[in-house]
Amino acid sequence: MFKILKKEELSEVITLFEIDANHIAKKAKPGNFFILKIHEEGERIPLTIADFDRDKGTITSVFQKVGKTTYHLGTLNEGDYLSDVIGPLGNPSHIENFGKVVCVGGGVGIAPVYPITKALKEAGNKIISIIGARSKDLLFWEDKMRNVSDELIVTTDDGSYGRKGVVTIPLEEILKEDQGRATKKHVPSFEDREVVQEPNVNLIVAIGPPIMMKFVCKTTEKYNVKTIVSLNSIMVDGTGMCGACRVEVGGETKFACVDGPEFDGHKVDFDLLMKRLQMYLVEEKVAMDMYSGKV
Amino acid sequence: MEEQEEKKEQKKKIKIKMREQSPLERIKNFNEVPHGYSPEEAVEEASRCLSCKRPTCVDYCPVEVDIPRFLKLVKEGKFLEAAYKVKETNALPAVCGRVCPQEVQCESGCIVGKKGEPVAVGNLERFVADYEAEKGEMMIPEKPKPTGRKIAVIGSGPGGLTCAADLAMSGHQVTLFEALHKAGGVLIYGIPEFRLPKRIVAREVEYIEKMGVELVVNAVIGKLFTIDELLNDNGYDACFICIGAGLPMFMGIPGENLNGVYSANEFLTRANLMKSYLFPNYDTPIKKGRRVAVVGGGNVAMDAARIAMRLGAEKVYLIYRRSEAEMPARKAEVHHAHEEGIEFLLLTNPIKYIDDGKGNVCGVECVKMELGEPDESGRRKPVVIKGSEFQMEIDIAIPALGTRANPLLTKTMADLKLNKRGYIIAEEATGMTSKRGVFAGGDIVTGAATVISAMGAGRKAARAINEYLKWKYWDVSNLAKAI
Repeated sequence: MFKILKKEELSEVITLFEIDANHIAKKAKPGNFFILKIHEEGERIPLTIADFDRDKGTITSVFQKVGKTTYHLGTLNEGDYLSDVIGPLGNPSHIENFGKVVCVGGGVGIAPVYPITKALKEAGNKIISIIGARSKDLLFWEDKMRNVSDELIVTTDDGSYGRKGVVTIPLEEILKEDQGRATKKHVPSFEDREVVQEPNVNLIVAIGPPIMMKFVCKTTEKYNVKTIVSLNSIMVDGTGMCGACRVEVGGETKFACVDGPEFDGHKVDFDLLMKRLQMYLVEEKVAMDMYSGKV
Repeated sequence: MEEQEEKKEQKKKIKIKMREQSPLERIKNFNEVPHGYSPEEAVEEASRCLSCKRPTCVDYCPVEVDIPRFLKLVKEGKFLEAAYKVKETNALPAVCGRVCPQEVQCESGCIVGKKGEPVAVGNLERFVADYEAEKGEMMIPEKPKPTGRKIAVIGSGPGGLTCAADLAMSGHQVTLFEALHKAGGVLIYGIPEFRLPKRIVAREVEYIEKMGVELVVNAVIGKLFTIDELLNDNGYDACFICIGAGLPMFMGIPGENLNGVYSANEFLTRANLMKSYLFPNYDTPIKKGRRVAVVGGGNVAMDAARIAMRLGAEKVYLIYRRSEAEMPARKAEVHHAHEEGIEFLLLTNPIKYIDDGKGNVCGVECVKMELGEPDESGRRKPVVIKGSEFQMEIDIAIPALGTRANPLLTKTMADLKLNKRGYIIAEEATGMTSKRGVFAGGDIVTGAATVISAMGAGRKAARAINEYLKWKYWDVSNLAKAI
């Protein structure tokens, strides 16, 4: 049994739990995920480890209420227990000093992008972060992200906060400017010298809804900048045993749980990912209807 | 009179069949198929044993159950004593009685079987184990004097459970680590309820815990702890790796990632471990197909097909590229599958799954095969018949093609020698690996095999671990030759 030590409502539909899981906290690294099951009849769902505290022995998880399990999860409170917490799973993010990195978090994806951004910052990278959500009330962790970024851009689809529009707009501006600079690099004039020394964007890390990751990748592909995405496939065991989380990367079948969850975004078949995420729409509705009737 | 005697003689040649649910009834539920023997039936069946002076049945048992002695006790109506006798060498009798391939093990060595049907050792083993459980008189062996040694057993499947039980009997402190949320490994996630009720597995696990084994579920070794951390920082003197093979194989044909195509592992895990046949009372969903195609000819394929039937499919096809004679599944399972109305498409192989345009499987294209020359497995190799392509409408496909070695744990152990397919290289007689203090057995060493062979490996490793703890001697020069 795993105790929920802290609960925080980040928005109407996004909740944060800090969970007592000493051994997992000791081993957790940015990019890892874990699986939880609420009770005997529950399903196993994967969630990213959004933060961890090795001294306190806790892991932090941020989830959005979308279906029966996450709504049920949202009704739990501090002091309640989860029957099962399994992790850390998946490969950790590759952290080194790449130079300049753009970290993009969309919606609830801001949570998993945070520990990676933090680690990349600590490794000496210059970080530009872009976080986006549909509207202001769905945004969270702006301060946390600002603390680990050299520059932070906030977007909302409806313009209720920050820049109006999707994350790919500022991303494209950054890359365009960056590439302009890179072109200049070949013909450095005296005036440009200062600018040339500025590192170019060498890596993009993007986590969010598959549709956002798809368009981030389409954008960055044009500028030929390596883009890492983290895939949120449906999973059961999370250790490579079942293959529910199959994704296609570069034409090859991979298991998101053991080969990922991070992959080269330019090679990911996002359309397949989105279709596979919809496999149980009918069943999810049945479960949700039954649950809301009960509660 | 003479005729009657003869009839009696004839009758003795045939074993007593277990009563079972009729096929029409059982395809609508997940209850166990056979009902088991009554005490009278058990005594009668056990009486068929000749109590041979030199019994050969035991030689065929990987865990060396004293079969003649236990059958004699059944014959005398001493069912509890019979159960204890079996448990002296087999910690999981209720499981083995149900899932062992007895026809190629103990029963194949039975002298009675030379002139008729062998004594139904498996059915009797099941009977005594269930009898003990029903009487509520589960015998917990006396705890031996603690040795102060700590052993980590990784994986709580049949091999891990057996090894843990044996080591606990030797007085060691045993921790049994399980990656899933429930102990039992393949007995829990793989073998379906109607073949092995989960309460029986739970009972056997409880027995092993009562023997003093500490069970830790939700512990993915390799992630949560490495083997080196267990040995060096957590005070374990030795460890036994029995994690199964556990990485599903696909054929690599087009359309395998369509919605509705399940690996057998996933289909079974959803149905068995997650109890999705009880959805929505249990939260894990499973697609209930109308027309289901299972691909493969092993026990796993039979299990998947029979589950699909019980979930309410109108039609379940079993597609197998060889003929029925080459099927690796237990004969009893094939028989049950036939009885339940599963349609066998033999000498047939899928080449493509068809998309309904929305990412769901809606059909499968197959080719017909014929048997050619024997291959390395000794079985005749199936060859494609040119121009024999045909399509079938399906909405669920379940490739049950076996497993590969899961590298999750082994890739964290640079000093552990693996073969080129990623299986751990270990000495057959002892389970000793190239890494000091580390033993291995079961599917992660041999590739996919049976419950009882993993149990046999668990037993051998427990013996070898005892020797190792005495002498701390690690000679794997034989292993070097094997490599």
